[in-house]
Amino acid sequence: MRTRRGEPIRARESGFLRDVRSVAGRALRQIPREPASVLPAVLIPAFFYTVNLGALENLARGAPGFSYKAFLVPMAIAFAVTGMSRAPTLVTDIQGGYFDRLCMTPIRRVALLLGLMAADVVVIVTLCIPVLAIGFAVGVRFATGAPGVLAFVALSALWGLVFTGLPYAVALKTGSPAAVNATFVVFFPLFFLSDAVVPKQALTGWFSTIATYNPVTYVLAALRSLITSGWRVGTLMEGLAAVAGIGIVSMALALTALRSRISQGA
Amino acid sequence: MRDVREYDQRLDGREAHAPAPAPTAIATTGLVRRFGSFAAVDGIDLEVARGEIYGFLGPNGAGKSTLVRVLCTLLRPNAGHAVVAGHDVVEEPQEVRFRIGAALQEAALDDRQSGRELLALQGRLYGLTSSEIRIRLVEVLELVDIGSAIDRRIGTYSGGMKRRLDLAAALMHNPEVLFLDEPTTGLDPTSRDSVWSEVRRLNSELGMTIFLTTQYLEEADALADRVGIISHGRLVAEGPPDALKRSIGQDVIVVEVSGDDPTAIGALRRIDVIDAVSREDQTITIGTSDSSSAVSSVAVALSRTGLEVRSLVVRTPTLDDVFRQLTGARIEAVGIDA
Repeated sequence: MRTRRGEPIRARESGFLRDVRSVAGRALRQIPREPASVLPAVLIPAFFYTVNLGALENLARGAPGFSYKAFLVPMAIAFAVTGMSRAPTLVTDIQGGYFDRLCMTPIRRVALLLGLMAADVVVIVTLCIPVLAIGFAVGVRFATGAPGVLAFVALSALWGLVFTGLPYAVALKTGSPAAVNATFVVFFPLFFLSDAVVPKQALTGWFSTIATYNPVTYVLAALRSLITSGWRVGTLMEGLAAVAGIGIVSMALALTALRSRISQGA
Repeated sequence: MRDVREYDQRLDGREAHAPAPAPTAIATTGLVRRFGSFAAVDGIDLEVARGEIYGFLGPNGAGKSTLVRVLCTLLRPNAGHAVVAGHDVVEEPQEVRFRIGAALQEAALDDRQSGRELLALQGRLYGLTSSEIRIRLVEVLELVDIGSAIDRRIGTYSGGMKRRLDLAAALMHNPEVLFLDEPTTGLDPTSRDSVWSEVRRLNSELGMTIFLTTQYLEEADALADRVGIISHGRLVAEGPPDALKRSIGQDVIVVEVSGDDPTAIGALRRIDVIDAVSREDQTITIGTSDSSSAVSSVAVALSRTGLEVRSLVVRTPTLDDVFRQLTGARIEAVGIDA
């Protein structure tokens, strides 16, 4: 089997970044073909934002200058991007045997996971657009201006990215679609036991204690500060630290699960 | 020697992997793969020459797919060694991956890509450049006919089309050794015939080594230069199909009986011209080098037992007979010992 130039075409090293790009490209091609996989992530935050705003805006009106509209935008973003991952695709690949086909290629094993995560980041950034658009439409403005919007999207993307570690870990460990869907459940206590919907000052008792130790509280605070307060380095650092903390745990879980999935089980 | 080494060094890095000059495509020694305490592959020694079509024949659950998965670097063996295309599957799995292609049992595809996208992705993962991928797409699609469906989503393909695309995917990087795990299971006869002719073509035109598993005796018979018969994780017989068929005698007498008499098999074995006897339910299969004189002896011997003969047919042996002979003999041996 030779090319027209007379040289045989043979397999060779492809390069790590090219592997990541190939996997990400394939994952992204699938999305417009299956819009149902991302549609909820657009509709649910819009729904919660509108409903919470309608139900609670008058109650939450308190301190002068406080805008509940602005306060809720990070909540909506978190709803849009958290748990948004290609893990269901991965499960399908594992069950159908396509994952095995990929594992028979010389692809670097980590690229199988990083490629999907790279696709997730693209999706997450895209999902920020409609949420921010709703915010802008109801009059929310960023105290930090356009660079603040970019920082806001970047931090949201990081948060969404680190959270994907969990569904990937479960997908690789179990190969079960039901188990992957169930990982979303972890998000609920993390999310609702924070100050996502109600300002921290209004929280009391045990709820307040949990919210204080909940990393999500700090991620939301950092996002919120970009909208309402301007550049607050300390708050942003706390938010980044919270993301990093969750990231270390979730990525360790995902990489461990990947290693055991491809260990060829001796 | 030195020349060879320098040549190898030049081929490092992003250079193409040249075919290794090893004479054997696949060699295993004492290969074992267990799942818990169950040994799916239980000590297999195998040698497949370059350019050979080797048919690995056995019933469901005999260990065929497990062996293929070990050879394709998807599973690690628990004991023994396996060298594929000149490289050890445990020590140098990456080197093996460059040189092999495989279509596993369930066509492992992705319904939401088009056939062309799947093949291009496959090419990229094997390090081919865009222009090489374009060339290979043309070449592979000449070998494996997918027609205009190549630009449709794979989800719309029929079973036969999926198998062909799977085969095409296995060929994108021009592998030295091709593994086909039950390539025609579940296919209609027309699709099966086209897979058969593609397998023959790959072997005869490109000299590709093909390791094929099957539970269909006629498939092994039609395609393989040599056949290995696997039962309970062990290789129980091996050789060219004709030699295997000859091994149970020149002819086969198949007797359908009713009733039960444990002495009948022993009585048949005592007949001089009979080489082998096996029984499965109500069918007794007898291998003989002299069917004309054996037929009457068999009829007489059976008339003295408690079995009633319903039909008696003489024919030339098939691989099916070899298979029953080998596996049936084993089952029966247990019965006699008990």
